Amino acid sequence: MVQRRLIPSYIFLIIVSFISVFPLYWMMTAATNTTVDVARGKIIFGSHLAENMSKLLAGQNLWGSMGNSFLYSLAQTLVAIFVCSLAGYGFELYHDNAKDRLFAILLLAMMVPGVATMIPLFKMMSKMGFLNTVWGFMLPAISTPFLIMMFRQNSRSFPVDIMEAARIDGLSEFGIYWRMYMPVMKATYAAAGVITFMNAWNAYLWPRVVMTDPKAQTMPMLIANLAAGYSVDYGVLMLGVLFCSIPTMIVFFVLQKQFAEGITGSVK
Amino acid sequence: MNKKGKSIGAKQRRAGWIYLMPATILLFVMSFYPIIQALITSFRTGPSSRMKWATPVYWNYTRMFQDKLFMRSVGNTFLYLLIQVPIMLILAILLAQILNNKDLKFKGFFRTCVFLPCATSLVSYSLIFKSLFATQGLMNSILTSLGILKENYNFLGNPGSAKAVIIIALLWRWTGYNMVFYLAGLQGIEYSVYEAAKIDGASPWRTFWDITVPLLRPTIIMTFIMSINGTLQLFDESVNLTSGGPANSTITMSHYIYNNSFGQGVANFGYASAMSFFVFILVAILAAINMKVGDTRD
Repeated sequence: MVQRRLIPSYIFLIIVSFISVFPLYWMMTAATNTTVDVARGKIIFGSHLAENMSKLLAGQNLWGSMGNSFLYSLAQTLVAIFVCSLAGYGFELYHDNAKDRLFAILLLAMMVPGVATMIPLFKMMSKMGFLNTVWGFMLPAISTPFLIMMFRQNSRSFPVDIMEAARIDGLSEFGIYWRMYMPVMKATYAAAGVITFMNAWNAYLWPRVVMTDPKAQTMPMLIANLAAGYSVDYGVLMLGVLFCSIPTMIVFFVLQKQFAEGITGSVK
Repeated sequence: MNKKGKSIGAKQRRAGWIYLMPATILLFVMSFYPIIQALITSFRTGPSSRMKWATPVYWNYTRMFQDKLFMRSVGNTFLYLLIQVPIMLILAILLAQILNNKDLKFKGFFRTCVFLPCATSLVSYSLIFKSLFATQGLMNSILTSLGILKENYNFLGNPGSAKAVIIIALLWRWTGYNMVFYLAGLQGIEYSVYEAAKIDGASPWRTFWDITVPLLRPTIIMTFIMSINGTLQLFDESVNLTSGGPANSTITMSHYIYNNSFGQGVANFGYASAMSFFVFILVAILAAINMKVGDTRD
């Protein structure tokens, strides 16, 4: 039963939901239509998916770029949550005045915008021979104040007493992290992992600077190239956009709760 | 806290330092060192292989403020900021408030829909909006068939409408994102507060302004700062939706800096560094305000 005083709310929500979903629905239909049909304003699914697919494969290194994006994003996610969780764990559970002061300094890195560091970082990466490698892609993005803070805040709920018990039982300091901290903090790892993966998959400015070899390009770069041509085939373009969106959409639908927690991060 | 502090021995203290070293070193090498390098480079000039000190040293900064195109990119960025951020945040609070109603049905469905744009990458949605608003795009088909437009309009070919499309696209992508923060904030507010307000006969409008907004204040300030920060660094949309055009009328600061360093023209790392340091100062001022406000709340 719908309450009458909520009717304006429902109408508003339906309109906003429609506007939110429609561009994505349209993108999917366009991927199955010819560019002429798309321009004519066709908004239902067509029968030209295979044709668009073969054009996309002919013009672009689709599987290579998908593979690159997966490899870079997964590598960045695993390394980032390991490095940042270790730091958050160390800052919270082994804290003393010196570490608290260091943490305050690290937070200052939040002020540094990517566009301000890209030239020095580019020089650094090319000197180290990291251009067009997974290292060049992920090194600047592994350690972030956001993730360290997220793990630090959430470590507050980690029971300190069991650490003492574990030490008495003879577990090493790293053993406590590996065998006790990580399993207990599963939820935080999931949220941090989802948000890091999304950010890595969607990264565009930095990869454009450092991954200049076509063999090393990522999906956002591939679809940007598709749109940069003189005459754009909208069916093929939207199919590329669809490929670029499938992994993040799956993550969104399967892990929506973790994604929302990852966005809000350390904010409680 | 005290008990824990006492129980830490030398061995544990050393373990603690080892844990936080990798992240600390990376931040110093990948953030703090480069920003100092950027400052130094901003006083230099010439092609990247043989750069020399500028004369006078602050020349790049003088040039920056005389560069009409850079000033336009600053103006554009602030225009997006002033129009888009307030509309987006008000919409986001409103949606969160509506979705927080206990009696509402299909809550999860609506929330997922509004949140869905966050699942697309910035390049993806820029290209979707570019296609939707193309001269031969769907928007034109709809508006002409409804009789609102007589003939197809080149939305992305006119400065005013191109800016409007960027703002609409930004609203579409980021409103749900901010709503998530407000929903989390609202869940911290006891529902009984609203019940009491209802019994006292407060209108939804009054409840919104007198209860929701004050209680969400910290969240509102935080999302506000985050949105300003994001807008100051806008890049993907400018590059992919409008390519900065027509005639650089929609270009953002980051886009212009990119063009001056890694774009098709002559790379000028010195000048680009000066402009990027300007962005850094804007962001840093903002972060300082954020910390100040964050310190004084409760």
